[in-house]
Amino acid sequence: MDDSDDIVKEFLVESYENLDRLDRDLITLEKNPNDREVLASIFRTIHTIKGTSGFLAFDKLGAVAHVGESLLGRLRDGHLLLDREITSALLATVDAVRRMLANVEATGVEGERDDSALIARLTGLQRVSEAPRQMEAPSDLRAVAAAAGASPATGSPEPGTREIGRSEIGRTEARSPRITIEEAMPAAPTPAPAMGMEQSAAPLAEVADGQRVQQAAPGPSAADRTIRLDVGLLDQLMNLVGELVLARNQILQFANSTEESGLLVTSQRLNLITTELQEGVMKTRMQPIGNIWSKLPRTVRDLAVGCGKQVRVEMEGQETELDKTLIEAIKDPLTHLVRNSVDHGIERPEVRQAAGKNPEGRLSLRAFHEGGQVNIEIADDGAGLDQARIRDKAVQKGLISADQAARLTDREIVNLVFLPGFSTAEKVTNVSGRGVGMDVVKTHIEKIGGTVDLQSKPGEGVMVRMKIPLTLAIIPALIVTSASERYAVPQVSLLELVRVEARGERKGIEMIHGAPVYRLRGRLLSLVYLNRELKVGTKAGDAAEPASRSGIELSTARERNDLDGPAVNIVVLEADGRQFGLVVDEINDTEEIVVKPLSKHLKSISVYAGATIMGDGKVALILDVLGLAQGSRILAEGREHIQADPAQATAEVANGKQKLVLFTGPGGGAHGGAADTAGTSRKHSGIAGRARRQSMGDAIPGADSSADSRQSCARGAAASAAWRRCAVVANHRDAAGAGARKRTSVLRTGGEPDSRHRRKHARTPHSIDAGRRAALLGDRGAGGRVAGCSCPAARRRTVRTGGGHWGQDLGPKT
Amino acid sequence: MTSARQYCTFYLNHLLFGVESQKIQEVVTYRELRPVPLAPPVVSGLMNLRGQVVVALELRRQLELPDRPANMPPVCLVVHAAGGAVCLLADEVGNVVDVEEETFEPSPETLSPRLRSVILGVHKLEHELMHVLDTDQACEVQALSKGQSSEA
Repeated sequence: MDDSDDIVKEFLVESYENLDRLDRDLITLEKNPNDREVLASIFRTIHTIKGTSGFLAFDKLGAVAHVGESLLGRLRDGHLLLDREITSALLATVDAVRRMLANVEATGVEGERDDSALIARLTGLQRVSEAPRQMEAPSDLRAVAAAAGASPATGSPEPGTREIGRSEIGRTEARSPRITIEEAMPAAPTPAPAMGMEQSAAPLAEVADGQRVQQAAPGPSAADRTIRLDVGLLDQLMNLVGELVLARNQILQFANSTEESGLLVTSQRLNLITTELQEGVMKTRMQPIGNIWSKLPRTVRDLAVGCGKQVRVEMEGQETELDKTLIEAIKDPLTHLVRNSVDHGIERPEVRQAAGKNPEGRLSLRAFHEGGQVNIEIADDGAGLDQARIRDKAVQKGLISADQAARLTDREIVNLVFLPGFSTAEKVTNVSGRGVGMDVVKTHIEKIGGTVDLQSKPGEGVMVRMKIPLTLAIIPALIVTSASERYAVPQVSLLELVRVEARGERKGIEMIHGAPVYRLRGRLLSLVYLNRELKVGTKAGDAAEPASRSGIELSTARERNDLDGPAVNIVVLEADGRQFGLVVDEINDTEEIVVKPLSKHLKSISVYAGATIMGDGKVALILDVLGLAQGSRILAEGREHIQADPAQATAEVANGKQKLVLFTGPGGGAHGGAADTAGTSRKHSGIAGRARRQSMGDAIPGADSSADSRQSCARGAAASAAWRRCAVVANHRDAAGAGARKRTSVLRTGGEPDSRHRRKHARTPHSIDAGRRAALLGDRGAGGRVAGCSCPAARRRTVRTGGGHWGQDLGPKT
Repeated sequence: MTSARQYCTFYLNHLLFGVESQKIQEVVTYRELRPVPLAPPVVSGLMNLRGQVVVALELRRQLELPDRPANMPPVCLVVHAAGGAVCLLADEVGNVVDVEEETFEPSPETLSPRLRSVILGVHKLEHELMHVLDTDQACEVQALSKGQSSEA
C-alpha cells in the first residue's frame, strides 16, 4: 500500500513538472509549428503520462492523454499543422490532466468529471486533418471548448508504435536539463513487478523510458535518497568551488608567510576541505556509462527473442565516466546501434552454425578514454555489411552517382549507411529498416562534437565506433612545460617518459636527414619538439632544419649537441596507433584536470583539445595529441580519407601475395598496420596489443610499449617520483583500439623482401620534410616508382615500388 | 539601430568608444593572461574568470590601432558574444553615458570596410565623438588559414 502511494507521489511530482514544461513547449510550438524537436518533446511527455497512468490504473487520465497523443502523432507526422485551435485543445488537455492530477493528489482518485467533450474535440481535430478543413469547424470547436472549459475531459485514437520507435532518437536533448543523482540509489529497490507492468503497458517506449520507469517506481528508500537537481545549479556550484580554490590558494600563500600557527592550521584544514568539496562537486556531474548500458541487455534480449536469434552481450569499460549531459545525448544513438546489430547484424542461429560460428551471436560494448575523447565501440560478430548491396542501393536511391560509386573505397562504401534516407533492409520491421536510423545517429553524435565511424568485415561483423569529446569530463593529464608555459597532455595518449641526459644516452638522439629520431630500445622514435610546433621559444631543435635542407645524407645530433641544452625530456605518445616522442622543456606532474572547451576563436587550432584551470588558478592549454601528430606530419592530415579496407588487405595476405600495408603521412611516408614487419622494427611484442592486431587479421604481434614503461623510466637517470607514477598509470591503460586505426595505403612489392633486411630497416620519420621524404623513398626504391608521395595535400596515395627491396640501407642497423 | 540608449564607454589610444551597456557582463581589472601559441595576433590569451576560461581579445589590434605601451595595464570588458563571454581589452574605462538617437552618425565611407563593420558609427557627445562598437563583430576573429599549425 505504502509502495503504491509512493509510486503515485513520484508520478505526480514528475507529471507536474512535465506539464509545466508542456505549457511552455506548446506556446513555443505555436509560434514555430515546424520545430520538430519541441513537438517530439511534447509527444514524449504526453506519452509518458499516458503510459504511467495506464500502469496506475487511472483510466480517465490515460484516455485523455491518449487522444492528446494521437493528435500530436498526426502533427508530428506532418498530416496536420499546428494552429491556434489545436494548440488550445492541447492546452485544454494539459489543464484537464492537471486537474485530474490535483484530484488524485487530494483524494486518490481521478474525480468524477466528464471528459468526453474534450475527447470529442481532440478526436474531431484529428479528423479535420483528413479532409480539407471545413469552415464551420472552428465555431463547433469553440462551443466544444467552452464545454471543455467547464469540465475538462478526455478521449482517443492510436498513435501507433511506428512513431514511437522513431521518436526515441532525439528524445534526449529535448529533455529539460535536469539531473537525477542516482548514484546513491541501490539497484535493488525498484520493485520488479512494477517494472514488468510498465513494460507491458508501453513496450516500445521502455528502452528510452527505462530510467523514467525507475524514477516513477522506486522503492521508498531510494526515493528518499535521491533528489532531482537543475544542472545549472551544479554548474554554478562548480564555478563557485573554482573561486574558492583560488581564494584558498591565496590564503595558503599568506599563511605560509606568517608565524601565526593558528592561521596555518586553519588554512590547512581549509585546504583539505576545499579539495574534497571540489572533488565532490565534480563527481556530481559524472556518471559511468554503465548506467545506460545496464538497460541494453534487456533490449537485446527482447529483440533477439523477437527475431529468433541468440545474442550474448559483453561489456567492457562500464566504469568509464562521462558527463551527464553527454550520457543523455548518446543514450538513444547507442540504443539504436544495438538494435541495428541485433536486427541486421547478427544472423539466425542456423545461419551462424552453417558458417561455422557459434550459434550464439556476440554483441560487445566497449568504452574507454583515448586521445582526450571517450570512445565507445559497438561490435557484433554477425554477417557484416554487404558492400555491393550498399553501393547499389545508394546509387538506386540517387544518393550518389554510379560514377562516384565506382571510385569509392570499401570503407567509404560502408560509411554510406550514414547518409540520410539510406536503408538496405528489404522489409521494414518494427525495429529498424526505415532508413531514418544511422543518419540520425550520426547527426546526434556530431551534435555533441563527436564522430561515428563504421567498419565492416564480411562474415565477421560490424564495429561502430563513436568518439565523444570529453567536454567537462575530468581527465588525468601529465603537465609539461614548454617555453615556461604549462600544457596538459591527456594521460590516455601517454606511453612513457624518457629523459636523455647530456652524457650517456645523448647519443640516442640522431637525425634522419634533419628529422630527429630517438633510439628507444633499439627502435627509432620520431621526435617532435613542442616549442617548434607551437612556434614558441627557440630552445630545442630549431637549428636542425635549416642545417640539413641541402643534402640527403644523414646528419647526427652529435654535431649540434650544444644547441639542445643539458638534457632532453621526451614524452612518448601514441596517436591513432602511431607513436612519437614529444620533446618538452620540463615534465612536471600528473593531475586530474577539468576540461573546458575552447572558444570558437581558437577551435581552428588543431593542437589544442581544450583548456583547463590549474590549482593555482592559472589557465593551461590541453594538447590534442592527434592534432599535434597531424601538425607535425606524424599522421596524415585528413586521415579519415586515406582509408583502405583492412579486411581487403588481410584477404590478400591470406592469398599468399606479399603485401605491405603502410600509413601514408603527409610526407608520403609509410608505416603501420600489417607493415609492422617492414616499416618499423617493433621488437617488443606486448600482450595487450597482440589480440587486437590479430583480430584485424594481422598475425604480427603488436608492440605495446607501455609494458616497458617502468623499465624505461628507471633508465632515465633522473626519473622522479612523478615520472614513475605516470609510467604506472600509462602501464595500466589499455593499448587502446589499435585495430580500428588502420588507415592505410597500400604498397606492393614485386618480390619477397629479404626479411632480415626488413627487420633492420627503420622507416623514414614522418616529421621529415615532404619533398625530402619522397626523395628518400624514391632513392631506395630499387628501380621502383614512387607515386604521389610528395604532395602533402594528396588524399589518397598508393606508393608502389617496381620490385626488389626497398630501403634496406636506410636507417641505423639495430 | 540606435534610440535613447545607455553606453559603457572606454578609451583606446585616446579614442572614446562605447558599447551598449546591456552587452557588458562586467568589467574586471587586468589579470594574468595565458598566451595561446599559434593563435591569431588579436587573441591576447586566455583568462580565468571565476572558473570559466574566457578568451581575451586585444581591441587595439582588432581596430588596427597601435599596440598598447607595455607599462599600461589594460582593463577587461567582459561582453556577451554569440559563443559565450569574451573579454575585450581596452586602455581604461570611462563613464556610462545616455545618448539620444539624434546624435548618431554612421561611419564615414572613408573608413576601411573591415573597420566599418566593427565601428557602427559615432555619437556626437558634447566634447568628443564616441565610437559605437558592434560587440558581435568585435568578438569575431578571422579564421586561421587551415595549414597554419602544420607549417612548423
